[in-house]
Amino acid sequence: MYNFDFVRPKTIADAAAALGHEGAQALGGGQTLLPTMKQRLASPETLVSLTGIPEMQGVCKADDGAICIGGATPHAVVAAEVAAHYPALAGLASHIGDPAVRNRGTIGGSLANNDPSACYPSAVLGSGATVVTNTRQIAADDYFQGMFTTALHEGEIITEVRFPVPEKASYQKFEQPASRFALVGVFVAKYADGVRVAVTGASEEGVFRWTEAEEALSANFSADAINGLTVPADGMIGDLHGSKEYRAHLVGVMTKRAVAAAA
Amino acid sequence: MPKDHGIGASPKRREDLRFLTGTGNYTDDINLYGQLYVHFLRSDVAHGRLNKVDTTDAAAMPGVVRIFTGDDFAGVGGLPCGWQVTDKHGQPMQEPGHPVLAQGKVRHVGDPIAAIVADTYEQARDAAEAIVLDIEELPAVIDMKAAVQDGAPKVHDDLTSNLCYDWGFVEENKAATDEAFKNAAHVTTLELVNNRLVANPMEPRVAVGDYNRSTDESTLYTTSQNPHVIRLLMGAFVLGIPEHKLRVVAPDVGGGFGTKIFHYAEEAFCTFAARQLKRPVKWTSTRSEAFMSDAHGRDHVTKIELALDKDNNFVALRTETYANMGAYLSTFAPSVPTWLHGTLMAGNYRTPLIYVNVKAVFTNTVPVDAYRGAGRPEATYQLERVIDKAARELGVDPIKLRRQNFITQFPYATPVAVEYDTGDYVATMDKLEQIADLSGFEARRKASEAKGKLRGLGINCYIEACGIAPSNLVGQLGARAGLYESATVRVNATGSISVMTGSHSHGQGHETAFPQVIAEMLGIDESMIEIVHGDTAKGPMGMGTYGSRSLAVGGSAMVRATEKIINKAKKIAAHLMEASDADIEVKDGKFHVAGTDKSVAWGDVTLAAYVPHNYPLEDIEPGLEETAFYDPSNFTYPSGAYCCEVEVDPDTGRVTIERFSAADDFGNIINPMIVSGQVHGGIGQGIGQALLEGAVYDDNGQLLTGSYMDYAMPRASDVPFYTVDHSCVTPCTHNPLGVKGCGEAGAIGSPPAVVNAVIDALHSAGKTNVTHIDMPLSPNRVWAAMNA
Ligand SMILES: Cc1cc2nc3c(=O)[nH]c(=O)nc-3n(C[C@H](O)[C@H](O)[C@H](O)COP(=O)(O)OP(=O)(O)OC[C@H]3O[C@@H](n4cnc5c(N)ncnc54)[C@H](O)[C@@H]3O)c2cc1C
Repeated sequence: MYNFDFVRPKTIADAAAALGHEGAQALGGGQTLLPTMKQRLASPETLVSLTGIPEMQGVCKADDGAICIGGATPHAVVAAEVAAHYPALAGLASHIGDPAVRNRGTIGGSLANNDPSACYPSAVLGSGATVVTNTRQIAADDYFQGMFTTALHEGEIITEVRFPVPEKASYQKFEQPASRFALVGVFVAKYADGVRVAVTGASEEGVFRWTEAEEALSANFSADAINGLTVPADGMIGDLHGSKEYRAHLVGVMTKRAVAAAA
Repeated sequence: MPKDHGIGASPKRREDLRFLTGTGNYTDDINLYGQLYVHFLRSDVAHGRLNKVDTTDAAAMPGVVRIFTGDDFAGVGGLPCGWQVTDKHGQPMQEPGHPVLAQGKVRHVGDPIAAIVADTYEQARDAAEAIVLDIEELPAVIDMKAAVQDGAPKVHDDLTSNLCYDWGFVEENKAATDEAFKNAAHVTTLELVNNRLVANPMEPRVAVGDYNRSTDESTLYTTSQNPHVIRLLMGAFVLGIPEHKLRVVAPDVGGGFGTKIFHYAEEAFCTFAARQLKRPVKWTSTRSEAFMSDAHGRDHVTKIELALDKDNNFVALRTETYANMGAYLSTFAPSVPTWLHGTLMAGNYRTPLIYVNVKAVFTNTVPVDAYRGAGRPEATYQLERVIDKAARELGVDPIKLRRQNFITQFPYATPVAVEYDTGDYVATMDKLEQIADLSGFEARRKASEAKGKLRGLGINCYIEACGIAPSNLVGQLGARAGLYESATVRVNATGSISVMTGSHSHGQGHETAFPQVIAEMLGIDESMIEIVHGDTAKGPMGMGTYGSRSLAVGGSAMVRATEKIINKAKKIAAHLMEASDADIEVKDGKFHVAGTDKSVAWGDVTLAAYVPHNYPLEDIEPGLEETAFYDPSNFTYPSGAYCCEVEVDPDTGRVTIERFSAADDFGNIINPMIVSGQVHGGIGQGIGQALLEGAVYDDNGQLLTGSYMDYAMPRASDVPFYTVDHSCVTPCTHNPLGVKGCGEAGAIGSPPAVVNAVIDALHSAGKTNVTHIDMPLSPNRVWAAMNA
């Protein structure tokens, strides 16, 4: 690790100001950024910790019923506090990494990073959630722009994520054997106006909506509705843990399982 | 009532108190006054000509004390190889040099090029980035079969090819074996890969070199399984430091699994640099470095053929194996695919003719050497897979086929040069059938099917050769060292005992189990006995711990030394009681005169030995300390039968282990709890190999599995609760404890059981075209096989 300065502001405004300086970078739970720094692959001059900002912590319910999660809320808090309101989302959080990762890693960090194998992006896209930053609100459909790429500007802070609560939902994760990230993860959510299906881990373009499945499930919310539907292997990630064909196959399997398990 | 002390009892492991409360003393806990830190700049290409290493800018960086390169080691020896194999033409193997820091060429990703010594570790790393390397990249050789083709790039320019040796065993059996195949009623053939593994002990390697100017003594603290061997190899072959000026300490070591047997460049470097700089020098491996510098294990590509007669008797066995040596010969590498593998090919069976061919190959990969089981898992895997395949082809029950061919008469001389002293393979199989509840399998299969899962059952038998090893025999086979073990039993004046053993504990529980043996012999309390190991300054020359040898060989030395103690103590006791020493009996910590009520306590005898006021000085010397060296007359041959039940998810190919049972014959058992623990750990590693682990290089020699993000280690949730049994006991006939060794069995016996079970599961669903899947049986591989 190279040397760096460290600041821990108490307000979003102070954090935004600190991030305005050249070489500054936001620090959430550090579960992705710190290993990268230890390997000397990242060398921020200043780390601006977001975990000391009360406005960015915790879970609440908005007037429209949406679940609002502070951008610096650790996965373990989501797992515990969202369980009663949005069990599929809490379940997803409770299966990220191990207890240490869940107690440190944050939803904002996960979404800012947008790892193609991360879990949260599928929940955000699958719920049609809104990513709230210090300057604007970004619809999930506009937020994810490919592997490790998002709509965030330099220095922009995810302060909150708002999830409309579906009638039923489920996240089904097929683990990559080594990292236990998603080899393929499918988030299915049934809303009054239709079903959303978001797939993580599989595509070279990062998290994506499987629109064919959404249409079929909006017409008939049952696992059988997926029969005969496939995603093309072309464009899927192929690596030593799973070929393109295998991932494409798993998208179908995990989608069915998510529909069957949706609660 | 189970015993609560002595042999056969299961006292809790006394060393766990310090391990579990963070008070252990690991090498990385050792920090010396004035200590410097070294960082190794390692090659990031697999093969290249090292034209220039320019350290000018780096040497001027803050905190840098000195930067060493291969040139600094021009006058120093290279890392030696401890075993020479003779090929099938009677020629010695090709043996390349192994410099401490690369000279002229880099030969694998991770090959150390320069060592930067600085005040802090971070300064050393900073300076490494300022070193300018001129490396002319050369085509890498990764695939073993391609590496031995004519015209393949050579890993070592001074060798004639990348073939280290082409070994035939037993060469005299070849013609008869080939003939038997021609006449066989049935031949089963299987090609398979024994996947390359990275041992991944929890504690990475660490070395601290120290030098004392006033005494001219060097001390190396290192994460080793055998500090005396390191002292000998490093002192005599690499650095030229005589043994009396060199001390090697291996304190608490957090797991070794074989990979900490070998003498490594980094520890030689720290010792060397400390002498040069007159300051302590420390290196702590990162996990990433461990992946590219710890010796890897396994990596065999094999074709095996089994010939049977019309009654399904095994008549001949023939194998051809390519064994990866990596870029250099690690300390024991040549012995693993030969003497630890070929000699095991008879397994538990009466196959009269066996011919084993092994081609050891250099590639641009990390050196490969012994990993838990070392050669024996590779032997067992191919043999037990081909037997299972034969059973399917012949439509016979795999257990029945095995039973029919079991060796039942002992001692048994195999056609591959070893003689099994004892065993009862029928008994272990009977025991397995019982503990694994084989009769309930069909019901369990139905229950799995009701859940949409395929259930399979896999059987495996193994024998292994451990208690390594008879020195005169291994000497003939090419070992450049003896493989005896030593023990000094030092009885203190007040009766407590320190035992210096040449074996080393890096998690095995010696500190608990060894005192049980001596306590039993003397009838005293175990708490009076302390085991001392891991320091060349404290005990006699010993060969360390690997090959499940510590109790069978080291324990035998302890027994011999304790017998000497008893003999002498009897003389003292006889003198004190004015009796004849022939009449003295040792019981419950007292010396009795047989047939009388006269006795004298252990403590009175020990005190008399050191305060010899009333003592037979004319007959015996004062003091009570004895040393014994024990050299076994044969290997020991633990054996067992294992059963694995899996479920396969037909939609995803994911395999889960539902049940695992192990019936082992380890000879006599000292501490059943520790034995169970060893078996549990071994099975866990075997399941890791079968389902999860595998080191993978791309065609350019980049390690694709260089971290836990891609190298899958087994976790608690990947393994079931095991049923283990070691009540089948055929004591070893040639060591005083009748023990055989249990450290590697689990890792040897489990992979074939898992793979056999998965194949069985697929066949149950009509996927009979799937005859084999190479390990690790990842979900993708199983799914692909099912859908091929
Ligand atoms: C062992 C292990 C296992 C894991 N397993 C999983 C898994 O199964 N599934 C999964 O989804 N993830 C997994 N993760 C990743 C984990 O969820 C991380 O916590 C997450 O990806 C990053 O969150 P963080 O808060 O730690 O972010 P950091 O590492 O602190 O930051 C990551 C990036 O986000 C930026 N950033 C952080 N917070 C914000 C913010 N509020 N606004 C804008 N930018 C921000 C940082 O500048 C940095 O670029 C695992 C991680 C580890 C170490």
